[in-house]
Amino acid sequence: MEMFTKVLAQNGLVTAFAVVGIITWFSAQMSRRLTMGRIQGSAIAILIGLGLAYYGGVVTGKEKGLADLSLFSGIGLMGGAMFRDFTIVATAFEVQASEARRAGLIGVLALFIGTVVPFIVGATVAWSFGYRDPIAMTTIGAGAVTYIVGPVTGAAIGASSDLMALSIATGVIKAIMVMVVTPYIARFLGLNNPRSAMIFGGLAGTVSGVSAALAATDRRLVPYGALVATFHTGLGCLMGPSVLFLATKYLFS
Amino acid sequence: MIIYGTAILAACYVIGIFLGDLLGVAIGAKANVGGVGIAMILLIVAKIYLEKYKMMPKATEGGINFWGAMYIPVVVAMAAQQNVVVALRGGWVAVISAAVAFALCACCIAVLSRTGNRGTPLPPIDTEIAIAIAR
Repeated sequence: MEMFTKVLAQNGLVTAFAVVGIITWFSAQMSRRLTMGRIQGSAIAILIGLGLAYYGGVVTGKEKGLADLSLFSGIGLMGGAMFRDFTIVATAFEVQASEARRAGLIGVLALFIGTVVPFIVGATVAWSFGYRDPIAMTTIGAGAVTYIVGPVTGAAIGASSDLMALSIATGVIKAIMVMVVTPYIARFLGLNNPRSAMIFGGLAGTVSGVSAALAATDRRLVPYGALVATFHTGLGCLMGPSVLFLATKYLFS
Repeated sequence: MIIYGTAILAACYVIGIFLGDLLGVAIGAKANVGGVGIAMILLIVAKIYLEKYKMMPKATEGGINFWGAMYIPVVVAMAAQQNVVVALRGGWVAVISAAVAFALCACCIAVLSRTGNRGTPLPPIDTEIAIAIAR
């Protein structure tokens, strides 16, 4: 047994393929047997993933969920930025170029709203909880855009590390909400065509949240949403420490 | 050859990420700006070009489609390494900011996707097998 776990730990990435395969199979069974296919298997698989991440975090007390257990270190590589972005780019192979071009402009509009609205909400909530300092308001507001914009902005304007942790938490919670809630409100969002998927990509933010949400809704929409969402973090990192910080400082100091 | 497809994909990826980094430096964003998006556009252009000159046999396509199909498993692995503990410990400021921000954005999405020239819905699917056949 000890020898076997050693093999698993030494071949992390391959082990991760097997583990994710088992999770996926289990989720597909649950989807079919318990929900009669009403909840997509991939949505259940993502929830199981988040649950395992919580377990890993509690057991190890570290930051990377299940990937911090040495037995599952390959999960870190498989679900890391490199594989995530590589496979997202591959999904573009199914994109209909004409569809993507038709929605171009509205995607840009969605990106701007998707950066400014969450920022204002985050900064306002921070203010009402007593964070009256513009640096704190900006950092938390930026975290509500995405969990990468938060710390990047915070670092640029000199926020303390507990503020950065709070802004990361805000962004991660938002990404998780996007992943979990979207499949259930897909009809309300009008999320059944490439154009609305691109609007969703601009407004809901984070490549991870958007692409997981679309994967759980209808996997053919993933490339359209991701195509726009990929500009979200960049735009946020650009606007956060500059325009948005200056505006906050002007209004609140 | 399958590796040709994967190599085309990898080339688009590396060039796209590099251009995204350059764009980030050029506008002072301290982050990669749209690298993945640029890579996706490169791949779409490469596909159109190669298909036009009949240089995209089935096997080459397979080298790209495999990775596209690995996308959802990768997302599951990604979910399994989120910092869920910190997210839950962030307290009410984090939860309320995130929930209200997403709720407002959801309303914007609902409005925007119903205005202008609405997109045509994709045909309904039931199982992954249907997608496989459609390919």
